[in-house]
Amino acid sequence: MAATAETVEQVKSIAGEKYKYGFVTDIESDKAPKGLSEDIVRFISAKKNDPEWLLEWRLKAYRRWLEMPEPKWAKVDFPAINYQDYHYYSAPKQKGDGPKSLDEVDPQLLETYKKLGIPLHEQEMLAGVQNIAVDAVFDSVSVATTFRKQLEKVGVIFCPISEALERCPDLVRKYLGSVVPVADNKHACLNAAVFTDGSFVYIPPGVRCPMELSTYFRINEMNTGQFERTLIIADKGSYVSYLEGCTAPMRDENQLHAAVVELVALDDAEIKYSTVQNWYPGDENGKGGIYNFVTKRGACRGKNSKISWTQVETGSAITWKYPSCILQGDNSVGEFYSIAITNNAQQADTGTKMIHLGKNTRSKIISKGISAGKADQTYRGLVKISAKAEGARNYTQCDSLLIGDTCGAHTVPYIESKNKKAIIEHEATTSSISEDQLFYLRQRGISQENAVALVVNGFCRDVLQQLPMEFAVEAQKLVAISLEGSVG
Amino acid sequence: MLEIKDLHASVQGTEILKGLNLTVKPGEVHAIMGPNGSGKSTLSYVLAGREGYEVTGGRIIYCGEDLTDLEPEERAAKGVFLAFQYPVEIPGVPNSTFLNEAVNSVRRYRGEEELDKIQFVKMLRAKTKELGMSDEMLKRAVNVGFSGGEKKRNEVLQMAVLEPKLAILDETDSGLDIDALKIVADGVNAMRSPERSALVITHYQRLLDYIVPDKVHVLAQGRIQKTGGKELALELEKSGYADFKGEAA
Amino acid sequence: MADIGFIDESSGRTLPGAGLGWLDAKRDAGRARFGALGLPTPKLESWKYTRLRPLDDTKFAPVSDAAGEAKIDKVPGLSGSAAKIVFVNGRLRTDLSKLDDLPDGVRFASLETMLAEDPAWLEANMGKVAGDAPVRAGGTGEQAMLALNEAMMDSGFILHVAKGVALKAPLEVIYIGGLTDDAVAYFPRNLIVLEENAQATLVKQHIGHSVGEYFANAVTEISLKQGANFKHYKLQAESIYATHVTTLHADIARDATYESFQLSIGGLLSRSESNITLSGEGAHAGVHGAYMMRGKEHCDNTTFIDMAVPHTTCNQVFKGVLDDESRAVFQGKIYVARDAQKADGRMLNKTLLLSNGAEIDTKPELEIYADDVQCAHGATTGQLDETALFYLRSRGIPEALARNMLVQSFLGDALEEISDEAVREAFMVHVLHWLPAHCYRAGEWTSDQLEERA
Repeated sequence: MAATAETVEQVKSIAGEKYKYGFVTDIESDKAPKGLSEDIVRFISAKKNDPEWLLEWRLKAYRRWLEMPEPKWAKVDFPAINYQDYHYYSAPKQKGDGPKSLDEVDPQLLETYKKLGIPLHEQEMLAGVQNIAVDAVFDSVSVATTFRKQLEKVGVIFCPISEALERCPDLVRKYLGSVVPVADNKHACLNAAVFTDGSFVYIPPGVRCPMELSTYFRINEMNTGQFERTLIIADKGSYVSYLEGCTAPMRDENQLHAAVVELVALDDAEIKYSTVQNWYPGDENGKGGIYNFVTKRGACRGKNSKISWTQVETGSAITWKYPSCILQGDNSVGEFYSIAITNNAQQADTGTKMIHLGKNTRSKIISKGISAGKADQTYRGLVKISAKAEGARNYTQCDSLLIGDTCGAHTVPYIESKNKKAIIEHEATTSSISEDQLFYLRQRGISQENAVALVVNGFCRDVLQQLPMEFAVEAQKLVAISLEGSVG
Repeated sequence: MLEIKDLHASVQGTEILKGLNLTVKPGEVHAIMGPNGSGKSTLSYVLAGREGYEVTGGRIIYCGEDLTDLEPEERAAKGVFLAFQYPVEIPGVPNSTFLNEAVNSVRRYRGEEELDKIQFVKMLRAKTKELGMSDEMLKRAVNVGFSGGEKKRNEVLQMAVLEPKLAILDETDSGLDIDALKIVADGVNAMRSPERSALVITHYQRLLDYIVPDKVHVLAQGRIQKTGGKELALELEKSGYADFKGEAA
Repeated sequence: MADIGFIDESSGRTLPGAGLGWLDAKRDAGRARFGALGLPTPKLESWKYTRLRPLDDTKFAPVSDAAGEAKIDKVPGLSGSAAKIVFVNGRLRTDLSKLDDLPDGVRFASLETMLAEDPAWLEANMGKVAGDAPVRAGGTGEQAMLALNEAMMDSGFILHVAKGVALKAPLEVIYIGGLTDDAVAYFPRNLIVLEENAQATLVKQHIGHSVGEYFANAVTEISLKQGANFKHYKLQAESIYATHVTTLHADIARDATYESFQLSIGGLLSRSESNITLSGEGAHAGVHGAYMMRGKEHCDNTTFIDMAVPHTTCNQVFKGVLDDESRAVFQGKIYVARDAQKADGRMLNKTLLLSNGAEIDTKPELEIYADDVQCAHGATTGQLDETALFYLRSRGIPEALARNMLVQSFLGDALEEISDEAVREAFMVHVLHWLPAHCYRAGEWTSDQLEERA
């Protein structure tokens, strides 16, 4: 495989410096002391002005967390995490009460987001083609949320979760932890104890959210974990499309990101959740990078509801993530579209769970994994049809592409069916970019790099198409950058 | 032969046929034409007794007997044959085995002597010869790897072997080139006799150049909207179905 | 030495070969390892869906001499086999076996006979493939059932085919179980070695009678040397009181071909685990099976195929039909080692659920460390195709018969993987017998036979 050997060389030649989001913002911050204890949980709770019930909830989670074992089943390998070595709270210092409007946000922060390509100035956005409301989360806190007034007009609540606790405490209390229980797994449990911010979205009945909602996560501070918690509720007959992006500076040590996302769709509601995850992946030798241990789950509670997950996973040293759907309502639909790219020493164990409980529930899984360098990647998925899920259907297609002979790609699907009227179809393939394909393209005058890019983009096409326009372009570029050298 | 009175039928709770009336006398060939979604295929499935196609009102009298509560195989035994629009592939079951099983099932049902294997093969050979089909098609699994034309020819062969009294051809012309169409039409025409009737369901007039109908009906909105002679098909070819689409059911 | 909880060893039966130092040591090591591991539980990934529940509250005893002598009216089997070994209730029955007409270069004998006649050969070959190492990279795990067999091995057979010898007629091994009131356990240990370019076909049948409960825990080791070709067919038709666990380890050398097919139609609980290593370039493994379960039967097929070197191929087709409250498990794994380029691995599992109480759990897995490979797997579950059923019925075929035709069509596809025609037909008869009454009559003859008659 001469052609691939060359590709591999090119992949090797790119190191961490290609990660263009690796800068650090020099900003003074307000931090909790390192380590985790009940006192730290209380400290965070006090900082966030939690209601009493939430403090109790956090403490209960913390106590459970102490007893829970680390999940061991994923095919990822890393030294034991020293949980005492992290700051569990870090916020950019603010003068006085904090910004009342975007004009008061620290210009240095605005500059940071501008550098990341995330516009926080509404005017700029209005002038441009994009129409996205953004919640920007910097380390542990939300620093800005745009377009709030426009959203409020139609009754959409889009704000930091800490603010939602003041504005609509009953909604938060009703749904928080209702999809991902406190003790679901050790990482989610830690999040329940120490979560600091994240976005809250509520779409009232019958409302089609007039713009894309987006949260941009940035870890800046050293030795800091980010533990955001996102809660999205789509009430009856509503629709929302939500985007999430993440980056972090290049640092030598591993940083922990243990987020929880809960989605609830009631009757006839639809939530489309898209992620472009580009946390710092570590350098070519596997030094540094984010540990991305995320629990994402959506509940299709109502009949005819729909939850669709789309993810482009290119960053992080280790990814451990299974956005899932619990299809409770009759005729509800779950979808999972994923592109995961691992290069250098990255490891990813990602996939989805589709739990069919209601009648005529449908799910679709399209997963595209690309592994290069010394990376290891696993698709792990569960499709479960309960005895009552009459007429349920699942279609799964998961394909892996290996570039070079030092990486690995693995597929571990679990398929469980208890209903004879359910139909499950699962297909998976693993292959390399064929020499024939490359030769054919090159013979037509396309460079090696562009040929690989074409093939890889073609390979990912089904998933890229699922992304909202604004993200699709970015994602396509990201696919290219992540495999830079092999992909033009 | 066939008398359909005020037939109402639903699929998954949606009413598709909404009071359809149709009478076919022995020896007649009727064409049913209509726009997509008018209920043509539903009618063929209802007549053949497919599960999920629920008769909610009216009656289907076939040779003096109400068909509505009969199983598909009972209807087949009584001489109702449906040529499928999309013949089904059954891997691993040779065509000849399948035909033998069908013929003997029908004979058993009618209280006739079963054909022994040699009798059956002789009969089958004669039929394939008549239709100009190769014996090789008999060895292959039912419809597996058959081209579109071969599948339709296989439907005609089955019809020839089962010798039905009422043949329903559901869009048998779809996807056929002109040569295949002629072979299918020849097969159908060879079956025409004073005791046999046929319902030819089609979207296009083309097939009716080869299988000339006694009557042509326009099915739209779940009902017969218009009935005429073979010239009606030509009219429709010119004017299309636009006149029938707008009508409220 | 530690007791094995669910085995009653108070009868103090002397195991064959006791006193041979190497064998005693092996048994002791197996006992110690099983003692440390215990019976597998669903906490182990490779036992996630199968729990050995029947071993919970029954004490099994080794087979007594009397039980081994149970009267047998008829030994099922193939016609035209070259030789056969018959076990009743786990004990060798020389009166029912037929070993007098073996060609030169073929050694086919019971474990007991080999221990008496040529223990040195056994010492040199036993455990070479299964190995003493309990865990292999990426494999199916702790191998507690292998350890248990090593501790208790009491029967089994040996097949050794010399270089270049091609055996045309199949060899047969028949186990007849469940013919005693006592709950008994037996532990066959089988060893198959085909030297360079040797060829053989082996048909194993496990037939159960429903007199009493029994537990069979067998281990089979297979070593195929360069260019050898081995066809390995197994019928599992144990009784409804049987727990049947088999562990197979095979090593397939350069240009050797291994073909297996297992038809499972019985057993309260059966688990068949195959660990196959393709250790030489050009090696091929075809590992196939079909399962038909009803009642509360549970059938687990677990395979692990290690494509250890470049230019190997493997193919797996498993299809099954589940009725009533039965359950089937398929766990297939293809492992392509680093640098094992040009590997071609295929795996397919399809299951029909005929009843709403039935359950299928399937996990077709790929673990791949080489880039220039073609690997694929597929899995489907569902019920009989309603359209096909209607099609057949619309041609006058009664519903029950139409269902049978479709089930036969579905499984017949898997049985096509059996290249030995006589075995394929014999197995098809079992499939037909399993089907509910109004049997599929036309299955008796094929279109080619028709041609001849006409």
